[in-house]
Amino acid sequence: MLNIDSIENGIVIDHITAGLGMRVYELLELDKLDTCVAIIKNARSEKYGKKDIIKIEGVQNINLDVLGFIDTNATVCTIREGKLVSKGRPPLPKVLTNIISCKNPRCITSVEKVDQIFYLCDEKAHRYRCKYCEQEYKKDPAEGETV
Amino acid sequence: MRHLIDPLDFSLEETDRLLALATDIIREPGRFAHLCDGRILATLFYEPSTRTRLSFESAMMRLGGKVLGFAGADMSSAAKGESVADTARMVSGYADIIAMRHFKEGAPYVASRYAGVPVINAGDGGHQHPTQTLTDLLTILRCRGKIGGTTIGLCGDLKFGRTVHSLIKALARYEDMRFVFISPDELKVPGYIVKEVVRPSGHPYESTRAMEDVMPQLDILYMTRVQRERFFNEEDYVRLKDSYVLTADKLRTAKPDLAILHPLPRVNEISPEVDDDPRAKYFEQARNGVFVRMALILALLGLAPEVLQERGA
Repeated sequence: MLNIDSIENGIVIDHITAGLGMRVYELLELDKLDTCVAIIKNARSEKYGKKDIIKIEGVQNINLDVLGFIDTNATVCTIREGKLVSKGRPPLPKVLTNIISCKNPRCITSVEKVDQIFYLCDEKAHRYRCKYCEQEYKKDPAEGETV
Repeated sequence: MRHLIDPLDFSLEETDRLLALATDIIREPGRFAHLCDGRILATLFYEPSTRTRLSFESAMMRLGGKVLGFAGADMSSAAKGESVADTARMVSGYADIIAMRHFKEGAPYVASRYAGVPVINAGDGGHQHPTQTLTDLLTILRCRGKIGGTTIGLCGDLKFGRTVHSLIKALARYEDMRFVFISPDELKVPGYIVKEVVRPSGHPYESTRAMEDVMPQLDILYMTRVQRERFFNEEDYVRLKDSYVLTADKLRTAKPDLAILHPLPRVNEISPEVDDDPRAKYFEQARNGVFVRMALILALLGLAPEVLQERGA
């Protein structure tokens, strides 16, 4: 069993669906932080069998909006002075900007370089539509989903 | 600064006030004839259009304003590869308001994000056509004296017709509406429109393939064209096309105060014999397009400040 130190102050993103850890890391732009960040892949999980975990030391004001879109299973734990002060699932973001791209060939975004904007059209079903052409975004596991 | 990109960009109250202004313009056009003196409308039409472009130009001229623009992508800098965003920024220096038609969905929205003047979506591919929706609403209002409390039959191509989708969205906001969708199975109204617009509105609706069965119930019959290119095989098209041709015979059971609408152009879906029926309102509908666009130009230019509420840019 691999051991990673628990953190004193920071954020732990737990219960990330196994395999999505790196994607969460990239989309949250954690590579731009200069604090200690640990990514644990395929950790043992009683609930899911396997999970990914990200621990971020010393930072508490990261914009986690996109997390709810990438992984609804993930939980965000805020740690202060070694104690868990909050824990919860991130809400689905109302708007996604430059996270996913529209696949509609008739959409203006297929020919013009503009922000890729999607809005939440159905919270229950986690459905998003392109702000420009209103085409629904469909996840395609065969290809990368990010811009 | 406000734009009109989606038919629902204006609240219900704003839409009603706009329609009231259009009604005032119909009643007393002289009162509005010089409100746009010295103003310029740019019509940026990247694909051909007869009715929409001419009605925009007519609307601005009837308000005393002037018009410049182009009527095809090959006549603009788009042919040289200029982006919609750059064109919108540039034209903002030449005109006070922009009406844009584009073959790409969402292009007018892009223009609105970069333009320094109000932008009107004059049709973006198969997506939205909000000024057609306003024209339809004004025509329903003029025919019935109200919009709510109406049973509307939408007939023909309900799957691909952008005017139908926009109209359903706009009508769903009114009270006591009832929708009757008349189409072949191949061209039924898309599931997402039913799921995201019609059902949440709580308005009753039904779908049928036979126009004759529902004719006696209708207050408004909104006809659309069944297009050959939408069918996978010629046989289906030939089998279905005549079911959705409105004839004098099919109107026998209709209400005496039914209003027949069509966004035009029609091909053969309304028999010419129907044109003489007083219930045929589609040419009046086309005329209304000018008045509603006059009202829209005034509202977006801030010349009818009672219509739209200020919002953040």
